[in-house]
Amino acid sequence: MATSHAGENYINHEKGLWSWLTTLDHKRIGIMYMISVMAFFFIGGMFALAIRLELFSVGKTIVEAQTYNQMMTFHGTIMVFMVIVPGLPAVFGNFFLPIMIGAKDVAFPRLNLLSWYLLMLGATIAVSSMFFGGVDTGWTFYTPYSIKGSIGVINMTLGAFIMGMSSILTGLNFIVTVHKLRCPGMTMNRIPLFIWALYSTAIIQVLATPVLGITLLLLVAERVLGVGIFDPALGGDPVLYQHFFWFYSHPAVYIMILPALGVVSELITTYSRKTIFGYKAIAYSSIAIAAVSFFVWGHHLFVSGQSEVAGILFSFITMLVGVPTAIKVFNWVATMYRGSIQLKTPMLYAIGFMFVFTIGGVTGIMLATVGMDVHFHDTYFVVAHFHYVMVGGTLFALMGAIFHWLPKMFGKMHNEAMARLSFVFVFIGFNVTFFPQFILGSLGMPRRYFDYLPEYEPLNRISTMGSWVIALGFIVGLITIIHALLKGKQAPDNPWGSTTLEWQTKSPPVFHNFDSTPSVNGGPYEYR
Amino acid sequence: MAETQHHEHHHHHLMSLQTHLKVFVALVILTVLTVVAAQFHFGVFNTFIAIFIATVKATLVMGWFMHLKYDGVMNRVIFAAGFFFLLLFSVVCLLDIYTRINPRA
Amino acid sequence: MSIAKEGEVHHFAHHFDDADHEYESTKQGVWLFMVTEVLMFGALLVGYLIFKGLYPEVFEQGGDTLNWKLGATNTVVLIFSSLTMALGIYYIRIDDRKKALLNLGITLICGFIFLGIKYIEYSHKFHLGIFPGKYFHAEGFMPDAPLYFSFYYMLTGLHGLHVVIGMGLIAWIMIRVARGTYSSSYWTGVEGVGIFWHLVDLVWIYLFPLLYLVG
Repeated sequence: MATSHAGENYINHEKGLWSWLTTLDHKRIGIMYMISVMAFFFIGGMFALAIRLELFSVGKTIVEAQTYNQMMTFHGTIMVFMVIVPGLPAVFGNFFLPIMIGAKDVAFPRLNLLSWYLLMLGATIAVSSMFFGGVDTGWTFYTPYSIKGSIGVINMTLGAFIMGMSSILTGLNFIVTVHKLRCPGMTMNRIPLFIWALYSTAIIQVLATPVLGITLLLLVAERVLGVGIFDPALGGDPVLYQHFFWFYSHPAVYIMILPALGVVSELITTYSRKTIFGYKAIAYSSIAIAAVSFFVWGHHLFVSGQSEVAGILFSFITMLVGVPTAIKVFNWVATMYRGSIQLKTPMLYAIGFMFVFTIGGVTGIMLATVGMDVHFHDTYFVVAHFHYVMVGGTLFALMGAIFHWLPKMFGKMHNEAMARLSFVFVFIGFNVTFFPQFILGSLGMPRRYFDYLPEYEPLNRISTMGSWVIALGFIVGLITIIHALLKGKQAPDNPWGSTTLEWQTKSPPVFHNFDSTPSVNGGPYEYR
Repeated sequence: MAETQHHEHHHHHLMSLQTHLKVFVALVILTVLTVVAAQFHFGVFNTFIAIFIATVKATLVMGWFMHLKYDGVMNRVIFAAGFFFLLLFSVVCLLDIYTRINPRA
Repeated sequence: MSIAKEGEVHHFAHHFDDADHEYESTKQGVWLFMVTEVLMFGALLVGYLIFKGLYPEVFEQGGDTLNWKLGATNTVVLIFSSLTMALGIYYIRIDDRKKALLNLGITLICGFIFLGIKYIEYSHKFHLGIFPGKYFHAEGFMPDAPLYFSFYYMLTGLHGLHVVIGMGLIAWIMIRVARGTYSSSYWTGVEGVGIFWHLVDLVWIYLFPLLYLVG
């Protein structure tokens, strides 16, 4: 195996834009994903701010109702399909999965590059729907409304279909990589917990996404040919559309959160300087979540006309999700107990994650109860719930991951004080934005509307102001990252004293990840 | 890398010409059987018979033509998982549809 | 594993240990991809079965308009092509490139025959005014009949698309076989395309009785 020259790494191994666009190196593809996901996040975030601004006051504030509906749809689709789904797996999974199991690359590097291009293609087609009358259906494209409205929905669903293919290829690649490319001594019970989480995610990506694919194709056929499968006027069944859609999209919720759970496992053990408590319990609970996620989709259909039998069944099974999730949280707390906790920025995000994710999870159990869901359905309670899980969960973990792995990815240290400031703003802003929405929802404010009754105004104002604080937090975070890249100090190979393999190579890693193939003879987190 | 992990697969099984032909003949016979079975009217059972014969044929194709019979356990688990989740999807969808009141029936 | 007797020796990618490691990994990737195909077709078939249960008479009438003889012919054509595909792999693996090419060629021709018969069926239906969805204007059908034919067109259309893709892949590996890329020591590509082609056959094995016969 070729040893690299001094100072050579994956960034300066080859030069020029073309070498990046044609690269087969998983690390560079990870960076390309990072840049594109950040760009999408910026666009999706702008829509979010605009939505909140519109809701600042009763009646029209900045845009018309129709524009509001479209902004809400774009916010949802961009954030789901282009930010949260590819976020952790495609960015950090691509960069770190091979390194953390001691491999030189993912199993299929060409496929890996192809999935990035598919994401770009899908995103472009989806966003192009803006020029075809826009889409105002929400990210779920429920029939029959979605087949009666503008033709923009065709672009949007085709785009989502292609992005789904990208997601499938990433998942397929990761599964084979984990199965086949682990370095000597790296048994399945020694792979880091982030890898277990990515592996579980990949299983869902491969098993669930095809059903979304056919659903979206059917929707396009419905819109173009009027085939009637989902159209009650033609003998079809709109509830069947919801079955098809949520068979993917509920597991997709775990595509979004599982990698985040993996990241938090890494952060908690690293910054507690203590071996993770219950490695196997956390690892297998990831698989358990992935498995159970396929049995619960009907809880999105409690009030859609699904049969009572199915409703009761789904209500019961949904609560089971709480078990493996709680196992993780308890294990994290047990890991922190009597550890030497360092409150570095990633750890702050991890603790923040545990706090808000628990709120998100407990409100999830409330929504799983079919009787309560009838009351809460389609209110801001639901909006608050899934933002506590998606933003408070996934985005917090994403921020934590950025500050944890930034030194490794770019070889630069960030300014800790600024990074902590970003956490303070994001954490406070997040709770100020979304906690009032729980109250609004339980008071009966329906979601997705451009307007509301006057008595909801004060809490909406608080929520909108909170959104500005979150935005400030992300801006500070972005400045911290850019500052680190431009002016940051040279990072040592292992600044956090972590034990996993990615810290045993150079910062930034060399082209082939390691100078010589590593060999492992113990668990991933042997701190004591 | 990993000298111990994957050297057990060195002998890739090569299926004989005769076995290939036997599987083909079996598939043709089963096709004829499907057509014959469809001439009788068993009501709903026609669908089940058709699916059953198709599954036997599918097993032949998967096991022999696709060499799954001689493949590693993992590949079999992977392919079986696809069918399992499909079954799950269909059972629950059918359960909902048939425990619901159909306004047009 | 023996060294190739003829043709070039395959060089495996740098992140694998050896050619065997690469072969096993690639095959697993192909199988995972097959899972996605099964779920995609399967979900559509589930939709078909649900509506077949909801509107049995409509679907029976629809099924009766299909020509089961053409369907059965196509079934045998595809099964035969599956045999020749498997034999193509067989001959590659005993380094008989000529017979491998012959068998792959027959597979490709079977693909054309399949599509030809499908074309006859489609054009006959179009002639009767049986179009998918809102373009349906045939006489003498029950009100919900377009539902059956929508499923018919989508199932066979998606399957037909896979036949076309499979034929493209077969043509591609035939070129590579002719160039001597594959041999008894390296046949990953042929095997992968073979698995895909068998899956196309597998889907049709379910489509034929469910669409043509249960009517």
